[in-house]
Amino acid sequence: MQFTETFQNKSKLISRRMFLLSIMKTAVFFGIISRLFYLQISENIKYKSLSDKNRLREWKVPPQRGIIEDFFGNEIAKNTQVYQLHMIPEDVPNLEELFFKMSKLINFNENRKKGLLKKLKKRKPWEPIIISDNLTWSEFSKVNLFLHEVQGIKPIVAVAREYLKDGSSAHLVGYVSDVSAKDLKNSQLLRDINVPGLKTGKNGLEKSLNEEIIGKPGLQRFEVNAFGKRIKELKFIQGVKGRNFKTTIDIEIQQFSNDLLKGSSGSICVMDIFTGDIVAMVSSPTFDPNQFVHGINKKQWNDLIKNDRKPLINKSMAGLYPPGSTIKPIVALSALENNIIKPNFTVQCTGSIELYGTKYHCWKKKGHGYMNLRSAIKQSCDTYFYEISRRLGIDRMSITAKNFGLGKTVLNSFFEEKEGLVPDTKWKLKKIGRGWVLGETLISGIGQGYFQSTPLQLCLMMAQLANGGYEIKPRIIDDRYALQPIIDSWRREFYLKKNNLDLPNKNLKKLFKNKKNIQIVLDAMYGATNEPLGTSYRSRHVKSKFIYAGKTGTSQIRAISAEERKLNLKNSDLPYKKRDHALFTAFAPYKNPRYAISVIIEHGGSGSSGAAPLAKKLIKKILVRHELRKKYQLDLFQEA
Amino acid sequence: MSMNYIRGSNKGFKEKFLSIDFYLLFFIFLLGIISFFAMYSTERGNFNYYTQSHIYRFCVFFSFFIFFSFFSINFWIKSAYWFYALVLILLLAVNLFGVAASDSKRWINLFVFNLQPSELMKISLIVFLSRYYNKVPTNEVSSIQYMIIPMFALLIPVSLIVIQPDLGTSMLVAAGGISVIWLAGFRMKYFMFSFITFTCLLPVVISFLKPYQKLRILTFLNPEKDPLGAGYQIIQSKIAVGSGGISGKGFLQGSQSYLDYLPEKHTDFIFTLFSEEFGFIGSISLLIIYALIIYRIINIGILSKNNFAKLYCFSFATAFFIYVAVNMMMVLGLLPIVGAPLPIISYGGSSMLSMMVGFSIAMSCKIYGDTDT
Repeated sequence: MQFTETFQNKSKLISRRMFLLSIMKTAVFFGIISRLFYLQISENIKYKSLSDKNRLREWKVPPQRGIIEDFFGNEIAKNTQVYQLHMIPEDVPNLEELFFKMSKLINFNENRKKGLLKKLKKRKPWEPIIISDNLTWSEFSKVNLFLHEVQGIKPIVAVAREYLKDGSSAHLVGYVSDVSAKDLKNSQLLRDINVPGLKTGKNGLEKSLNEEIIGKPGLQRFEVNAFGKRIKELKFIQGVKGRNFKTTIDIEIQQFSNDLLKGSSGSICVMDIFTGDIVAMVSSPTFDPNQFVHGINKKQWNDLIKNDRKPLINKSMAGLYPPGSTIKPIVALSALENNIIKPNFTVQCTGSIELYGTKYHCWKKKGHGYMNLRSAIKQSCDTYFYEISRRLGIDRMSITAKNFGLGKTVLNSFFEEKEGLVPDTKWKLKKIGRGWVLGETLISGIGQGYFQSTPLQLCLMMAQLANGGYEIKPRIIDDRYALQPIIDSWRREFYLKKNNLDLPNKNLKKLFKNKKNIQIVLDAMYGATNEPLGTSYRSRHVKSKFIYAGKTGTSQIRAISAEERKLNLKNSDLPYKKRDHALFTAFAPYKNPRYAISVIIEHGGSGSSGAAPLAKKLIKKILVRHELRKKYQLDLFQEA
Repeated sequence: MSMNYIRGSNKGFKEKFLSIDFYLLFFIFLLGIISFFAMYSTERGNFNYYTQSHIYRFCVFFSFFIFFSFFSINFWIKSAYWFYALVLILLLAVNLFGVAASDSKRWINLFVFNLQPSELMKISLIVFLSRYYNKVPTNEVSSIQYMIIPMFALLIPVSLIVIQPDLGTSMLVAAGGISVIWLAGFRMKYFMFSFITFTCLLPVVISFLKPYQKLRILTFLNPEKDPLGAGYQIIQSKIAVGSGGISGKGFLQGSQSYLDYLPEKHTDFIFTLFSEEFGFIGSISLLIIYALIIYRIINIGILSKNNFAKLYCFSFATAFFIYVAVNMMMVLGLLPIVGAPLPIISYGGSSMLSMMVGFSIAMSCKIYGDTDT
């Protein structure tokens, strides 16, 4: 009885206490349920996005660059398949052994090994690393054959830039290379794209068109694990290939010009005098732009930058030369336009004139005798131009020169293009801080002194003279829509000319006051090439369809002392660096002109012997090629 | 009476069999099935080592459970002290020559498998104390003479486990013991005193903690402080649970666990994985299964006619509840990470064995519920 009571008492107590516990348990269970509710239902969206942020990672894929073509659709800068080897470090059982095997298969030396090991330290072991980004086909197939022996190596066929090997367009097109820290700093676009392995245009068209030609990167979305390793690809968004560009260049003329310049340093520019199409623009010596695409090695780089002929500089745009006698047509035009002289104004050339005790020499020691405007241009008489410059004055001369395109950039899009310099009194006072001296006017009249011009500017100057004195806007990207109004206005101009109407043509800006003055100058240039005693007479064409007119120039790059003058040194006797630059500007054909050219040979001696012979060959080539070109771009002008 | 440990006192086998709590049996089995799927998912849908050995263990221990259920309740009462003594010896052995893993000695190599005696202590302590208090008169429970043995019985194993060190298990073992003492009728005011004392001593206790244990507590208070280091586990666990939503990401679709963001997914964090894949609905269902198991065990206690059974069933149910609640609250960021497995579902043989032994004693209480002791 006693026992039973105790049992019942005890069991009551136990049950009472159990009841208390059960209440607590229920409370805790509801606590857990409400926590689950909070996490999984109230905050679900937050945690879902956090989970996706964990799970998903995106990688950008470098876009393909647009292609650059010449006028006829030949590719100047194209994309080509390259054979690459990628290595996934975590799949490599023995790195040393792999490197040894690679050195037997491909060109894989100690330097590259060191560079690779350095890179490896910064990378995650599952991120592929490029071992070699441009293998030859034979190397690539060799590696493929022994693939089972080189574990962790992945052969990849990728796309990379390829340029013409001869380097004929190296300066014009430029080249691409890896994005540098400086590029990133300067370009918002590059910062936005920011893909490893991206190449960017470093100069030339590749740089000026970079934003449009680079394309939009693709996107690969991967599921990654907690260590960042890609587990599977969830999405692939194809990148957008960059825009293709068609240029006005004729690659055959370009290559022909490049061959003409081979061995010398200088530049050739060819321009359509109506449309402003740059048909060729070559700088010499040149280089192979392909070596930059996959990373230039130190030796190649040193060869390029230590070469004192400066192969990396685009001399057509960034080379500055005194225009020399090639400016004489402009000086003559300026004098005519300002009514300083009449065409029959005559000066007697005795070989030199004296001004305030200083002697100014004509290139011809004995003198030319009596010269009028036409013969002075034809024979390039310096004395005549000293005289008319003296009368004209530097300021009026510089206005005309600037009008015709000197002293400002021709194509605005190129980063490397230089402005050149057309001096005047204000400029000198401002920049040098001294007043203009009359003697400087005289030497400016023969394109020496402060004058600085690029070959492309001289070409434009020639083109604007040859087309009758109208302003043109040179272009290198062929844009049919933009061209149409220009063609229309020229058509009207030809129509007016044909019917001898003197009506205004709004769309063409005249650079002259009197049409006749332009004709006088062009006629004088005809004389210079096609008449005996003309400076480029020896380089004339006899065949009527090739007949052209041109003006030579020989620009001194040093003052000739009186002693030297007495010695009568020939250019070839001087050291290379002291020789004169040979210049030549011309337009062709003389009747119904269509193209203007400028040729500059650095330290090439006189214009007539150094540059004009090249121009002769070049003009023939251009006119032959014109037969083809006019099929592509309706020859509205002469034939119409 | 005393000679019928196994056959039971006055029931035939058929009667005994029919008096099994089939609900309890079913829910435990259901839990087992769920655990297979969970384990299969931790291996990304591969039938590999963890899943295989988990299924194997479950089958073996589930058979043990049924087999031991038919042992008379008197057998457990008689052997309670021996059982406790055996586990205590094993615990001592662990501290002397146990197998170390991640800086703590928790396992003992029994050649066939590695045993974690601290897990078994969870049950043996409850059995021991239930046996002890069974005969202690209610009004004497709080007297000094009846306090000494339970105190030592509790403190010795707990301290042995603390020095392993395994703070989580030691607390869970202690919780089981304390619940027996509570149910036996230990004075409430003493509980209050000891609780206050403990609170006052807490700073002292903390100063004795190992650096990583202190870090865990700090991390619990502010997991965002070091999201990639100490706070990583809890943050990733919360992300996994939260991203599960109402219906979950689907079986084998838990990206957090699949992509290795989830630590310890086989053991302590298996509820996170389950919750990520089956969502709120799945988690609540699992919670309900656990609640039903607890309810069935309590029910056995209520129905049984002896105090040992009542004490044991109630305290085992409480302890079982605490294991479940601590694990869930831990992975849900409501408690610091202490290392407490989720009963039956978490990978781990010792834990499963001890739970199965616990169930079989409860089941024995059911079968022999009308037995007088």
